[in-house]
Amino acid sequence: MNDFIFFINNGLIAGLIIGSIYALGAVGVTLVFGILRFAHFAHGDIMTMGAFFSLIIAYLLQAAGFHSIFALVFIGMFPAMVITALIAIGFDRVFYKPLREAGARPIVLVMASLGVTLMLQGVIRLFGGVSARNMFIDRPKEIFQFHVPGAHRPIVLTEPEVILFIFTAVTVVALHYFLTRTRLGKAMRAVSDNPDLARITGINTEHVVWATWIIGGALACAAGTLLSMDVALKPDLSWNILLPIFAATIVGGIGQPYGAIAGGFLVGLCESLSVFNWAILLRPIKPLLWFDIPSSLAIVPTQYKLMVPFVILIIVLIYRPTGIFKGRVL
Amino acid sequence: MVQSALSEKNAPPAAEWRRDLLAFAALAIIVLVVFVSQGAVYSVRVMAEAGCYALLALGLTIQWGYAGMFNIGIMGFLAAGAASSMLISFPANPKFWASPGPMLIVVFIAKLVACGVAIWLANKAERIGISRRLKGVLVTLVLIASFIVISRHMTRMSHEIESTSGWIGGLGLPVLVGWAVAGVVAAIIAWAVGKICLGLRSDYLAIATLGIAAIIKTFLKNADWLTRGTLTVSPLPWPVPTPANGHFILARSLYLSVVVVIMVLLYLLLQRAYYAPWGRMMRAIRDNEDAAEAMGKDVTKRRLQIFVLGCIPMGVGGAMLIHFAQIYDPSAFVDLNYTFLIWVMVIVGGAGNNRGAIFGAVFVYIVWTVSAPIALWLFHLVAYYGHQWVGWQPPSDLDSRALEMRVFVVGLAITLVLRYAPRGVLPEPQARH
Repeated sequence: MNDFIFFINNGLIAGLIIGSIYALGAVGVTLVFGILRFAHFAHGDIMTMGAFFSLIIAYLLQAAGFHSIFALVFIGMFPAMVITALIAIGFDRVFYKPLREAGARPIVLVMASLGVTLMLQGVIRLFGGVSARNMFIDRPKEIFQFHVPGAHRPIVLTEPEVILFIFTAVTVVALHYFLTRTRLGKAMRAVSDNPDLARITGINTEHVVWATWIIGGALACAAGTLLSMDVALKPDLSWNILLPIFAATIVGGIGQPYGAIAGGFLVGLCESLSVFNWAILLRPIKPLLWFDIPSSLAIVPTQYKLMVPFVILIIVLIYRPTGIFKGRVL
Repeated sequence: MVQSALSEKNAPPAAEWRRDLLAFAALAIIVLVVFVSQGAVYSVRVMAEAGCYALLALGLTIQWGYAGMFNIGIMGFLAAGAASSMLISFPANPKFWASPGPMLIVVFIAKLVACGVAIWLANKAERIGISRRLKGVLVTLVLIASFIVISRHMTRMSHEIESTSGWIGGLGLPVLVGWAVAGVVAAIIAWAVGKICLGLRSDYLAIATLGIAAIIKTFLKNADWLTRGTLTVSPLPWPVPTPANGHFILARSLYLSVVVVIMVLLYLLLQRAYYAPWGRMMRAIRDNEDAAEAMGKDVTKRRLQIFVLGCIPMGVGGAMLIHFAQIYDPSAFVDLNYTFLIWVMVIVGGAGNNRGAIFGAVFVYIVWTVSAPIALWLFHLVAYYGHQWVGWQPPSDLDSRALEMRVFVVGLAITLVLRYAPRGVLPEPQARH
């Protein structure tokens, strides 16, 4: 029983947490991919940037003597989401829109987004350094323990994890309502399906582009902040977070927000379950087994964790390039 | 047809020649300034490294310039090339050959081949009348089984080799053989990546190459049995006498001449290929895939071909670069120096123009090397006056942060060039038929 609780803590919950982060990031990537038609490589660093904004606002709040039952950094996340969304629109105006209007091929936009990534990385490391930071500046994070009858090891959930689950659930519902019930949401889906037809029917594509960056930027900021709250703010995450997010996007089907959420959880769970040491689960039934249990029975060694999203990506590209939710193949 | 195409090739208009001449004359002046101000020992080193970068840039200009393929995993191909060249040319480790290690490796290769054949056969299962669904199950089972077999053997093998002899050591063959193998290994990896991604849009290729580069780096960092992992291997041999006895200028100049010879050979080959029917076909595919396909060109196959061809110079150039530094250190393979810098070189120089790639490589590399001291100097200046005027206390890791500023500059260069000079300094010659 204790071993099973260990599995829940280190396998399932860990996977769901990182899965929610991937899902929040992948929603933005999939919207940009579907509506603006290019792979936005700067998304990982926008996440880091957003986390930094939250931290800065938290420090400002602390200096102003602000108190609340929530951690300061969580309060700071909401203004930071607005700032990040505005900056995302700014990036579009300065770097992507001129190229789009000049009729550049989509791949040139991908390249520009790489340039933006590098610029962001440079600025973040210039001002933030490269060391990891703790996001809880006012008080230590709370830890909730749930005792299960018959086991002395509790199920452990930390405060940021609870916030993350609630935030993800609220986001998914809100996103669903936005995309299916509001004018702008429907317009976004229309542009994603067929941009020319959408323009002919009188949809203002400019507004759609704005909405895309607002949603993408705000969710990226939230994902970055919540991820940093759970562990620590690491300025050098970039590719390590970006590749799983791209995998989640493609697995879910490009241009499919629900697919992105499903893909995010799928990739996150696969990642944590493949590095999980399955020997721990087998130990209790040792007498029933005909073979010796090796001390480590992880499917993939921890240092090769990045291979998991990559392998998922490859398998999807070979056998089902449209993704689970029948997205577009660009 | 072929004859007329070949005779046309020698007639670039005079304006293009003048422009190229001007650019290279300016470059020569810059190189001269570096020689005079920094001394010959340093300058020859910079030039030799710039020559290696020119090879990498030529590889990229094949992929991006000729065929519009977006490879951002150059670092991975370079690292794979460097590691394989190191394994071929480094002196042998006698302890390894005396241990049961070689046998384990032979068995490992046999198992790899067997698994590969099994997967291939499973994929062909419908030929013997197995239904599609059943085939899917079969392929999955075979994949899982091969994964278990390979990973178990690898765990045992790496443990065995690390405990008995440390690492497998090199083969002690000539360096030039190592460089050739570097090209072959890069080509094999490129074939596998391209086979999966090239049928799809180029964004997928970008994602896949980025991923494969990260994985190759992780593997090389952790494979202690194969490449000593992060312990680094040195000194790597040179094809010419090494500067071990103090003759830095002579040794480095000899190395530089080897680099230049290989670069010129590649350049001549590429010039010929560019103006040949083959090059024209590639540009046709790049500019209008559908039209090229309608003309009966096998687009996917051609793209795979050019992707593999472009990765060969990357493997070779990477091996040459690492051999020149004489130390193989997998932690030193970073995207910025070995992927994005090369992108800047190609788009600054002019994509699709071989002379442009060489110009861009030498120019950007010189700028890159002088940018480190300049960035440090600037930041110390800021720190000094900041302290004097407002009593600002600079952070202790100012130097490393100053060098991060170069990341910003590389990104800025990419976005600015794309927006204001998308064709680079030496644009691709316009075809006139």
